[in-house]
Amino acid sequence: MTMTHPIPDPEDAAPVASAIIEVEGIHKIYNGAVTALENIHLEFNRGELTSLLGPSGCGKTTLLKILAGLLKPTSGEVRVNGKPVTGPGPERAFVFQDFALMPWATVLRNASYGLELQGVGKREREDRARHYVAEVGLAGFEDKYPHELSGGMRQRVGLARALAVNADVLMMDEPFSAVDEQTRRKFQEDLIRLREIEQKTFILVTHSIEEAVYLSDRIVLLSPRPGRVSQIVTPNIDRHGDPEAIRRNPEYLDLIDDIWAGLRDYVE
Amino acid sequence: MELYGVKVPKSAALLVWIALWEFVGRFELLLLFPPFSEVVMALPEVIGTPSFLEAARITLLSYLGGLGLAVVVGIALGLLMGLVRRADQILNMWVNIFLSAPLSALVPVIMILFGMGMPTVIATVFMFAVWIIALDTRAGVVHTSQSLLEMGTSFGASRTQQLKLILLSALPEILAGIRLGVVRGVKGVVIGQLLVSIIGVGALFSLYSQNFLMAHFWALILILFAFALGLAELINRLEERVEYYAGNRA
Ligand SMILES: Nc1ncnc2c1ncn2[C@@H]1O[C@H](COP(=O)(O)OP(=O)(O)O)[C@@H](O)[C@H]1O
Ligand SMILES: [Mg+2]
Repeated sequence: MTMTHPIPDPEDAAPVASAIIEVEGIHKIYNGAVTALENIHLEFNRGELTSLLGPSGCGKTTLLKILAGLLKPTSGEVRVNGKPVTGPGPERAFVFQDFALMPWATVLRNASYGLELQGVGKREREDRARHYVAEVGLAGFEDKYPHELSGGMRQRVGLARALAVNADVLMMDEPFSAVDEQTRRKFQEDLIRLREIEQKTFILVTHSIEEAVYLSDRIVLLSPRPGRVSQIVTPNIDRHGDPEAIRRNPEYLDLIDDIWAGLRDYVE
Repeated sequence: MELYGVKVPKSAALLVWIALWEFVGRFELLLLFPPFSEVVMALPEVIGTPSFLEAARITLLSYLGGLGLAVVVGIALGLLMGLVRRADQILNMWVNIFLSAPLSALVPVIMILFGMGMPTVIATVFMFAVWIIALDTRAGVVHTSQSLLEMGTSFGASRTQQLKLILLSALPEILAGIRLGVVRGVKGVVIGQLLVSIIGVGALFSLYSQNFLMAHFWALILILFAFALGLAELINRLEERVEYYAGNRA
């Protein structure tokens, strides 16, 4: 990814901590039997990257899909920009764990699919998609098909598709879990850089403590069965400069240990 | 295929059969089996006759009519079964019964319903081809990736656009079903015409056998085989172009 843009000064950023998404008293019970989420109250701040962190099965995907409007909560309300969510909307875009690309379509066509559905003309949507395909580092691969790409590259296509619709909120469900370790690290570094150009709100689901601490402004820790908010952590890590250096930053390492100590009880 | 550790192409088996046919035919033991060479010699004669051209026209028309109908109805039926659970519960058993039923036995019933002409043959082709197309389409629809559909929903796809996603992702299975339907349809057109026996190749078959023109009789069978295999091969080519993504659906 090409990232030569200046880093915005925090002083002239929008008023701090204005909530773009508000979650009020969400319960989710599957089939009247499995309580996946219980009494979730949360706010997601504009321009921040918030991680939903917790062990497998604690309801992270369920919560994210409720925020995306792909699932209905059993009770409770989600508001985006103050308006109650009744389904998916153009101000939110989703990046899928298994990429969810159309195997019969090229990279460019996949990346422009969101715009195609919005009725944007072919010329314009391809221009915009081309821009984001390049931004996620896939310039030159526009005419390839998904089966010709590695897992990491496929996920970049999924990211380009979500970026292309120019939504305010990007929701990602374990976007790095299906790719190998090196690719994942590179992807995480690229995401930090991407945030410097794209002024968006990110919500990231992950089960990796390192990943959450490395990337997030806020981490929402979920406890399993039933899924509840157990703790909210706000890492204060300086992410400017060398992205590799963060991984050796003592604050980063200490925070990982703290969170692990807290989570240990849930994982036998 | 391997023979004593030596690789032999599949077509070699065909050559062996042809040689055997020629050999047995030379003995003139059975009136039914003229030598293969004689059958080949009869080919141009069969193809040249006006009655063959007329038979070919009628056969092709009823075949394409029945197959076209089977493709449209089969895909629609498969979609319905794949998308609506209730419909699947009701239809699945019947479609499976028809798929494995001895359909030739049904032709007389069709004849009663449609008379002794082309409509009966069209209906027979349809009955032979439609069920496999429906079941394969259903399989493709059912296997559509859930997250692909969620992706469509999340980017605001309309009903029609969702249906397009489903159809495209079921395309490999639909094509596989059509290929099987093409071959079954040829069986249908032959059996239908044989039983009706006053139109198309059926009329020719009865003409040749009544006049003991066995070489012509077999030549006609060769032509039909070549036609069926040629069509299946054509669909096969089409399938290869879409196949790359069949195995690529998460
Ligand atoms: N469609 C469903 N039907 C019934 N139970 C479900 C369904 N989806 C998820 N669950 C259950 O809800 C809980 C939370 O699931 P999920 O949100 O996928 O967790 P996570 O993403 O944190 O691994 C799990 O116990 C899971 O078994
Ligand atoms: Mg999950």
